[in-house]
Amino acid sequence: MKPAAFEYHAPESVDDATGLLSGHEDSKVLAGGQSLVPMMSFRLARPACIVDINGISDLDYIRCDGGVLQIGATARQTAVEESSEIADCVPLLVAATGHVGHRAIRNRGTLAGSLAHNDPASEYPAVLMALGASVTAVSSGGSRVLSVEDLVGGHFLSTALAPDELITAISMPAQSGGHGFAEFARRHGDFAVAGAAAVVAMNGNGVASASITAFGGTTPARLDEAEAALVGSDGGSAAVAESAARAAVQFPSTDDIHGSADYRRALIDVLTRRALQQAVAHAQEV
Amino acid sequence: MMGQVAITLNVNGRNQTTLAEPREILADVLRDRLGLTGTHLGCEHGVCGACTVLLDGEMVRSCLLFAVQAQGASITTIEGVEQDGELHPMQKAFSEYHGLQCGFCTPGMILAGVDLLKRNPDPSPDEVREDMGGNICRCTGYQKIVESVLGAAREMNEVTS
Repeated sequence: MKPAAFEYHAPESVDDATGLLSGHEDSKVLAGGQSLVPMMSFRLARPACIVDINGISDLDYIRCDGGVLQIGATARQTAVEESSEIADCVPLLVAATGHVGHRAIRNRGTLAGSLAHNDPASEYPAVLMALGASVTAVSSGGSRVLSVEDLVGGHFLSTALAPDELITAISMPAQSGGHGFAEFARRHGDFAVAGAAAVVAMNGNGVASASITAFGGTTPARLDEAEAALVGSDGGSAAVAESAARAAVQFPSTDDIHGSADYRRALIDVLTRRALQQAVAHAQEV
Repeated sequence: MMGQVAITLNVNGRNQTTLAEPREILADVLRDRLGLTGTHLGCEHGVCGACTVLLDGEMVRSCLLFAVQAQGASITTIEGVEQDGELHPMQKAFSEYHGLQCGFCTPGMILAGVDLLKRNPDPSPDEVREDMGGNICRCTGYQKIVESVLGAAREMNEVTS
């Protein structure tokens, strides 16, 4: 349970960090380290070079201006949990963060790190997908913006990032509508077996828009068939049940040590229903 | 940099410099390089909470941090929780309410309890259970641990009021 030796670098600027990443073949970015360090301790990962970005003070920020929330790469999960700005502009993020690990983990862990690791049991990839978030990825060759859906969708413990790319920021529009989040874990704070996130906007005629995602076991997924079943309905219990049933069918459920594909499908049904009930109730308050 | 590097940490109010490889986690440096064996290592991958310490005043898993990352930081371990030779009220409460049996998880439990009361001086039993949920004990069944943290909160609130 001891990590293998590596070369350690602690750059103080994004330019220095991307230079190091492009100059070292087998390098890894270290942010919160709450997934990377255990993987290194198990020697499931043994990078030759670690680029520790915690000293890049420019990356530690949370800003909500002009209807857009931006979170820097080293902003801690605890900072998100306690941000009154985020509670106002993207409350789903605060609600979901309470389910991420335990306090000691959230004091170090970052959202960008969680996306880059893309653990199938992780809340943030699915939640940020539901919120229509995107990331800025920077390398020594330039920078690009890609949606969280393109970054993590279809990937398992990996992403669409190139090895020399660094996520510097996550941005998303202010949440429009009510939100819901539900997950099932053996111990609160542990890895979830499955979970669902939803953002629902209502108008005078019923559900105007819905964004529904789920995670657990395999790649996080946007569930457009569940969304289609809800949009245009009255958001009542029959419509919610129909949408949740479609979510369970569409979600790419798999067997693993924590549960069978059928079990997970049953969970997705129940958890999506709960998330949607919360989201519709919130949307009616807004 | 590879090989050993000089790392300066302020541990329990005292600056200490030691040589360590970048791959050495903070818990190992505290224990093996600085001789502070009160910090216990259980799972070594962030699940059990036994190695909990305070880093610049906030609780962290010292198995999930390379010591080199804590360069210049202030660290509080179980050895630094007592105040002027007197046990901290959290330590007294764990003794008084039988919040420990074998004692392996206790340093992490005490630091998690201290961190909780700093943020929330008067927690409900449910809040204690939720917040201490990241620390595993294999002896007590947790009832006594929750009573200890609540007892420490009462004691500390009495002193300050």
